[in-house]
Formats: sequence, C-alpha cells, structure tokens
Amino acid sequence: MTLEVQIEKKLAEFTLDVAFSATETPLSILGASGAGKSMLLRCIAGLEKPGRGRISLNDRILFDSDQRVGIPARERRIGMLFQHYALFPHRTVAQNIAFGLQDFPREEQSARTASLLTRTHLTGRENRYPRELSGGEQQRTALARALAIQPEALLLDEPLSALDTHLRGQVEAQLQETFATYRRPALLVTHNMEEAYRLGEQLLVLARGRVAAFGAKQEIFRRPPSSEVARLTGCKNISRAHPNADGTVEALDWACRLRLAQAPTRPPNYIGIRAHHIDFPESAGEAAQEPNVLPCWLVRTSETPFRITLLLSVNPQRAAAGESHLQAEVFKEKWERFRNHPQPWRVRLSPESLFAMPE
Amino acid sequence: MDWSPLLISLATSLTATAVTLVAGLAAAAWRQNRAGAGAALVDGIFILPLVLPPTVVGFLLLLLFGRNGPLGKLLLQFDATVVFSWPATVIAATVVAFPLMYITARAALEQVDPHLLQAARTLGASEARIFREVALPLAWPGVLAGTILSFARALGEFGATLMLAGNIPGKTETIPIAIYFAVEANQIQRAMAWCAVDVGISIALLGGLYYWTHAQRLRRERWGQH
Repeated sequence: MTLEVQIEKKLAEFTLDVAFSATETPLSILGASGAGKSMLLRCIAGLEKPGRGRISLNDRILFDSDQRVGIPARERRIGMLFQHYALFPHRTVAQNIAFGLQDFPREEQSARTASLLTRTHLTGRENRYPRELSGGEQQRTALARALAIQPEALLLDEPLSALDTHLRGQVEAQLQETFATYRRPALLVTHNMEEAYRLGEQLLVLARGRVAAFGAKQEIFRRPPSSEVARLTGCKNISRAHPNADGTVEALDWACRLRLAQAPTRPPNYIGIRAHHIDFPESAGEAAQEPNVLPCWLVRTSETPFRITLLLSVNPQRAAAGESHLQAEVFKEKWERFRNHPQPWRVRLSPESLFAMPE
Repeated sequence: MDWSPLLISLATSLTATAVTLVAGLAAAAWRQNRAGAGAALVDGIFILPLVLPPTVVGFLLLLLFGRNGPLGKLLLQFDATVVFSWPATVIAATVVAFPLMYITARAALEQVDPHLLQAARTLGASEARIFREVALPLAWPGVLAGTILSFARALGEFGATLMLAGNIPGKTETIPIAIYFAVEANQIQRAMAWCAVDVGISIALLGGLYYWTHAQRLRRERWGQH
C-alpha cells in the first residue's frame, strides 16, 4: 500500500513542487495557511490537475503528465474529508454515508451503512439531517461517508479546525481509532503542529509549496533541518549563529558562546532551543560549573493555566526597553520557586537541547 | 361562450414551460464550469429573446420558419409547416420564456456549494448523478421560481405569437390574442371576461406558490438552508 506523489503546479504566489510517498502509517502535512497544503490534497484526489508530475497509488497510475494519464476523481477510490465536511444537507446521515455505495444491492448498502454507523458511534443518528448534528457528529458522518467506498487512501483536510476546542480531543480519538484499523495511506493536512504530531507518524513540513522537511516526526521535532522548519514546528528561540574554531558556536542574537552535544555536520548559521528546554538552575554552585549558562533579565510574562511563558533579555538595558531574546516555558510550581530571586537570573541552554541549523 | 382560448393558452403555456424547463436546465448545466468568450457569446444568444421586443422575436422566428427560411425549408421536406399552426404558439412562447428559465436556473445552480459536488465526485458519482441527486435538489427552489416565471411569461405571450401563429380561432387564438381582437372588434364584454380568467389563473398560481414555498421552508429549515 503506497501512495507516491511527485507533482508541480503553478499557483498564484509560488509553485507547488513536492515529492513524497506514504505507506500504511499516517502522514501529517504541516504548513502555514497558504502553503499549498489543501491544493496538494486536491491534486491527489483528482479535483485539481497538477501542471506536471506523477501520482500513483499501489499499482495504479492516477496521474502522469508524460503519459497523459489523468484518472478522474470518481475513479480514484480516494476518500476525502473536506474541511467543512461538505455533507449533503438534503440527505440524512444514513443517506450521506450510503451515497458512495450506489453500485451495491440494497441490502448490502444498508448492512455497510449500519456497520459504519456503529464504527463511528452514530447509531441512533441515522435519520437526522446534517444540520441537526453536533460538529463532532458531522465530522464522524463525513468520515463514515469517505470510508464507505473502502478508499485505497484517505485524505483529511484540516479535520479538526472547524471544531470547538472541547470537541477536538474526542474527534482526535476517533481519528486515531480509524487510523489504527485503516492500514492504508492516510494524509492529514493541518496548520497546528500539535495536531500534526499527535495524529501522524510521519511528518511532512510544507513551506511556500516546497517540502521543507519529510521524515519521522520525532526526528524533525528534535532536530529541525532548517530554521524555517524549527519555526513551523513551534520553536520560539532561534538565533543567528557563527561557528568558532574550537567547535563552539557563537549565538549572535543571544550574545554568548554555546557548546553543543555533537559538533554540527555543516557550519551552522542558526541555532535554536525549544522554550520548555530552557532551564533555570537553582543553586549558584550548580550553575557555575555548567556550560551554556548565561545571565538573563525578565521582560514580560504570559500565563496559561498550568505553565508560564517568560520573555527574557540577555542585556539589562534592552530588557528595560522591552526587547526580549529568549522565550522560556516553565511549570508554575517551578516559577514560584525562583520568581523572587534577584535578577539577573541564570539560564541554562543545555548542549543536548540545542540544535544547530545550516540555514 | 367559446372556451377554446383558455384551453389553447393552457396547453401552449404548459407545453412551452415543460420544454423550457428541460432546455433551460440543460443549458444552465452546460454553462456551469465554463468560462471564456465562447461561453459569454452563448449566454448573450440565450438571453437575447428577453431583451428584444417580442415582435422582433416573432419576426425573426417567421424568417426562420417561413417558406424560405432555413428551418421552414427543412420542415417542408417532411410536408410540415409551422407558421400559423398550434406548434407555432408553443415555439413563440418557449423562445420568449427560455431566458427567464435559463437565468434563474443558472443562478440557482451556481449557489450550490462546489465542495458538495467535489465530495460527490470523490465518492464515485458520475456527473449526471451528481446533477440529479446533489445539484438539482439543492437548486430546486430557484429552478421552481424559474419555472413559474416561465409559465407566467408563456401565458402572457402576445407579440411573437401573433407574428408566428396569427389569430386562428380554435387553433392559435390564445387568451391575450382573444382579448386584443375582442377589444378591436369592440366586444368589451368578451374582453373583460377573458381578463377575469387571466386574473383568476394568476391568483391560483400565486396561491399555489405561496403554499408550496411555505411547505418547502419548513423542510429546508431542517437542511439548514434558508
């Protein structure tokens, strides 16, 4: 079960130019809005025609510009979940699900619909119209409808973005359950990095139509290959950098010299660390011996229910001017322990957590 | 009283409306997803009968269907003539009613969320099935409005009908033509009687429409479309 995609399509602002393949593990496609994510899915589904390239699913060629092959959407057997679900408002839940089962005998249609209703926890809702369902139920109906055709690949366009926050967890669980049994290529497009991480195994980061990163999600989050990917995966601390002869790296924006756990393979132009990896050593003795410890002044805080975000500056004058250079995130319990300590605070950027990026 | 104008008017309008409904929907469906100068030109031709005075439409039809017209000559080979026959009333009414059907059907179809059509495509439906089961049911209120407009226009058709079908009592004499010739012959009673019939038909039409839209509104509220 493999979906192979290699396409180019000219868009208004840039050219979508991507190549990747997906197998049985779900693939998250992460990108800012307007990065070409939806267009990519639409090309695979056959709703848009790429300018050039090739798309194949298992042993079928769906599109090939050289061979002039372009299988229409209705023959691709690719299930698509639209961002706003695109449920047929004039058909009930059961009729929506059965829409793609037209070619089966009537009893088979009802049996399959009933089984999908059970699988998506919609039993009892079959005679409702989409309008009469909650957002989560609408989403599950759309999912059941897409699964009804036993698609050879599943494409989900921002499946959670239309839902209220409290419904997302529920729907996410449903999607995870579906993916666990689906075992065919499943692509999920999102601009939310946490969603991308939770729902996908593989990750593809799309930036202005290009593949900025593609691989195992853990690896991309741990060591982003570029500052762009670091930013898209939620890294708040990125500094311009310059390599030193002794193997350390000069962080230009943080005005300090940093040691890395591993020497970078390519000369680094950027260095980054995630906000929750920034550490505040509690005893002065501990701090003195550690590498990568620098003084910081607090500029501003921002609270979430359980954690606090600290905006820090490496320079007291610039801290007074409101300019921050580092963003740290700590649990409130920890924050309570050092919030009244005299400034500057000692901040540690541990060599294991830092990552160098060539571009 | 001779009721033939009523029967002729109803038969003509109903037939013209049926033809218009099918042709207008087909044209509107064809026009969907088409852009460019060619499509705009076709648009212009489809809408032309609405803009032209009916007598001009009637005269053009006469040129087309007359003994020396291209369609007239063709029909002569089958020993058929259209001019001054009942089918001429249908042709005239259809041509003038068509633009109303076309415009409203097109607008109604364009209102349908394109994502629904795309979803149907990914679910394996043919374009014909998508039109029948998704686009048409959702565009139906607009299509119905177009049908009623077309019927009303066909019922009131006078100028083009007179040019192409003339005034042959019992054959091509519709209500509007009967009224005109009654007034011309100073038969005011007759003219008033036919006016009353026309008003009656219009009221019945509007009443029926009111009840229908009311029932539809209740149903569509469940669909979430107002």
